Amino acid sequence: MAINKNSNGYTFGFAVLMVAVVGTLLAVASQGLKSRQDKNATDKKMISILSAINVEATRDNAQEMYTKYVVDSKIISGKDLSANPFDIDIKKEFRDKNLELTDRNYPLYICEKEGNKYFVIPVIGTGLWGPIWGFVALESDYKTIYGATFDHKAETPGLGAEIKYTSYSDQYTGEVITDTTGTFQPIIVVKDGSGSGLNSKVDGITGGTITSKGVEEMTTRTLEVYANYFKSIN
Amino acid sequence: MAEKKEALFSKKNRKLLSDPLDSANPISVQVLGICSALAITVQIEQAFVMSLSVLAVMIFGNIIVSILRNLIPSRIRIIVQLVVVAALVILVDEVLKAFLPDVSEKLSVFVGLIISNCIIMGRLEAFALGNKIWPSFLDAIGNAIGYAWILVAVALFREVLGSGKFWGIQIIPESFYELGYMNNNMMILPPMALITVALIIWAQRSRNKDLIEEN
Repeated sequence: MAINKNSNGYTFGFAVLMVAVVGTLLAVASQGLKSRQDKNATDKKMISILSAINVEATRDNAQEMYTKYVVDSKIISGKDLSANPFDIDIKKEFRDKNLELTDRNYPLYICEKEGNKYFVIPVIGTGLWGPIWGFVALESDYKTIYGATFDHKAETPGLGAEIKYTSYSDQYTGEVITDTTGTFQPIIVVKDGSGSGLNSKVDGITGGTITSKGVEEMTTRTLEVYANYFKSIN
Repeated sequence: MAEKKEALFSKKNRKLLSDPLDSANPISVQVLGICSALAITVQIEQAFVMSLSVLAVMIFGNIIVSILRNLIPSRIRIIVQLVVVAALVILVDEVLKAFLPDVSEKLSVFVGLIISNCIIMGRLEAFALGNKIWPSFLDAIGNAIGYAWILVAVALFREVLGSGKFWGIQIIPESFYELGYMNNNMMILPPMALITVALIIWAQRSRNKDLIEEN
């Protein structure tokens, strides 16, 4: 019996079969690869935390280096203080418009390198096209920035995307986030080229103003919470 | 007696590979896939990785549609093509995330862009749906490479003139900058991609007069 390929029945049948096959295939692929993908994401997060304290790790030794340098981690403020700080998805919490600001969890990673203590703070914000994030490491005086690393999802290559390179992030090294009285002082991103030197200013990226401003916004908003926390415990 | 089989690389089949590189180039002659030529040609590395992904999706898409060409109901053929391409793209994305996370990070949003690349849909509709598997395979390779060389050429201009770099490595020496040379930020902005593509089209048409339209 010849099948009429222009009949409604055949068309429907084909569509249903196609959806079932493709759906199954994608579900299997997604489930089968999930554990590997999760491990990659975990490794990447560890590498970023370590790079804030200027420790170079690779995907192969990320876990090992992380346990070596990160001695402790905790949540300094938020809804769920008992959760594992590493598992806190600040990106998700940042995007969750229903979450009260005070309910956001603020994880802190305490690292030890060559006998010195460093505090690594995760930051998250919005660039021009999508989320931007990073890690800022403070020295044991709770106010001097030891290192910073930023990354982005979809900023323009050559412009906003430059925030992820050390040419930008190195400017943060040595800046101080509190003034002499211990009050929080934001790191401003400037356009006039006055950012060099240690003056709580960094030079923005030419052609990447909105991304640069995004970095300023996220570091200001987040570091203030931590600065107040450090003030309260000292 | 069986019909004499066509040679694998007959003149006709060779043309399937070579035409898209020049006289039937998807970007410069058919003006398809301009959107991605605009979006990802700021750096050569990205253009290259994108080209490879398009090559993979195009080959598999063309082969699958060619296999199914006698089964696909003509009334929903565009939807079927779309599903094939979308499924392939998601598979590529998932596999990259699991096995090549660094490449996956570089491509990020652009992988999704492949779905909307009109060259892929165009070749599925115009070629694979009406041709056997082997010619469809060759057609996919030809068109993907035709797309790739334009992309990389545009990226070359934009990265060298816009950032002074080649494949992320600084090639314009520091001494030039000290003498007052400046990177042209305009090259990084999207309009220059179109202008660069237009310059390629101009060069191509003045070399090959057959491509010039009558009016």
